Amino acid sequence: MTAVGTERRTIRVVVNGVAYERDVEVRLLLSDFLRHELGLTGTHVGCEHGVCGACTVLFDGEPVRSCLLIAVQADGHVIETVEGLAVDETELHPLQRAFWEKHGLQCGYCTPGMLMVLKAFLTEHPDPTEEEVREAISGNLCRCTGYQKIVEAALYAAQLMRQSRE
Amino acid sequence: MKPPRFRYYVPHSVEEALAVLAEAAEEAKPLAGGQSLIPMLNMRLVRPSLLVDLNGLQELSGIELSDGAIVVRAMTRHRAVEQSPVVAEHAPLLAEAIRWVGHLPIRTRGTIGGSVAHADPAAELPGVLVALEGMVQLRSQRGHRLVSAEDFFIDLLTTAAEPDELVTEVRFPLLPAGTGTAWLEVARRHGDYALVGVGAVVSLAEDFTTIAEARVSLIGVGGRPVRARLTESALRGQPAAAESWRAAAATVRREIDPAGDIHASAEYRRYVAGVLTERALALAAERAQEGARR
Repeated sequence: MTAVGTERRTIRVVVNGVAYERDVEVRLLLSDFLRHELGLTGTHVGCEHGVCGACTVLFDGEPVRSCLLIAVQADGHVIETVEGLAVDETELHPLQRAFWEKHGLQCGYCTPGMLMVLKAFLTEHPDPTEEEVREAISGNLCRCTGYQKIVEAALYAAQLMRQSRE
Repeated sequence: MKPPRFRYYVPHSVEEALAVLAEAAEEAKPLAGGQSLIPMLNMRLVRPSLLVDLNGLQELSGIELSDGAIVVRAMTRHRAVEQSPVVAEHAPLLAEAIRWVGHLPIRTRGTIGGSVAHADPAAELPGVLVALEGMVQLRSQRGHRLVSAEDFFIDLLTTAAEPDELVTEVRFPLLPAGTGTAWLEVARRHGDYALVGVGAVVSLAEDFTTIAEARVSLIGVGGRPVRARLTESALRGQPAAAESWRAAAATVRREIDPAGDIHASAEYRRYVAGVLTERALALAAERAQEGARR
């Protein structure tokens, strides 16, 4: 019997509303696919084994660790990364605005993951408690802020997003 | 970190997946949610020559109530279990424990079958399955069989599944009326693997004050989920009251033999196991009484 499966595969994915088709090695991680193949370096790579949360992106709207998927698993799916958050060149997403205004970052390494997990979380919980926000970001490590400013930014972003819906 | 080279195959049906697994045998690994397998590949702890991706197989996904059990098909995501009203109503222990599994972005991908097949001794689902005396369904080209949780989990990352067998569903039996459950654990960070976790099941006698049956299942204290049988038999017929739970804490500490690692010493694990056992039993009994009053 000839060997089942292949070491390369052609995939079609939609990332931040743009359709891409690429021929990739099957062992390529989704995080590396986004960064190296598509040049979307906003998705940060920290631990590469699912602990730090820096590489979190949205996969069909749900937050996932992009280092814990191989890119070929994204075939036919829709991905959102931090580059897709801002409305346009001049207008930031309320989450980005809140992180800026409330100093929710210092070095910025964890920020893309924080923003993406919070985007999914705030969609489901538009008016969260501080405790709920802390649990939502519990899978994302930050070594600068002590989390306090991130929690404040998340709560402020929730408020901005509620206001914009009214 | 990069995974080693492998071939990748997407089967179109469970039958096809089983045929591929039978042919490739030990060279192949089924890819479920990948939340344990991909990190192991990234760190090159495993080097399968073929990954068989089960994610497209809709027939392996779903939760249903059948034959006195909640049947969760293998590729059902943790998130779906967490959000299932059927699970919340009929398997409160599973509903309570599932929130402790990893973090939200892990639960959106991780699967029930994957967690059970991976058999991490600090993972919640195997502990719940052992507490509820659940079953694992295995399928291969040779047929299918149901294995009790007790027989399925053998040791660290080792199960009764043969290389050509696929975990296709997991059954969590329903508990009789007058039974309460509780899941408690201690981890370094919410969502990390448990240092110690305890699932308690308490059934009360008709007077609602005597323990008819109690079960204690612990994770993080051995190579597989541990049933504290001595503790359980000592509780039978005792009053459902604080002194019984305190005595259970002492018995469980004598009964288990945890190992120490960089996260916690053996002594600490033993101590915490007692504390959590006492609290989980008390909470389970309280819930059994609440349920009886309703």
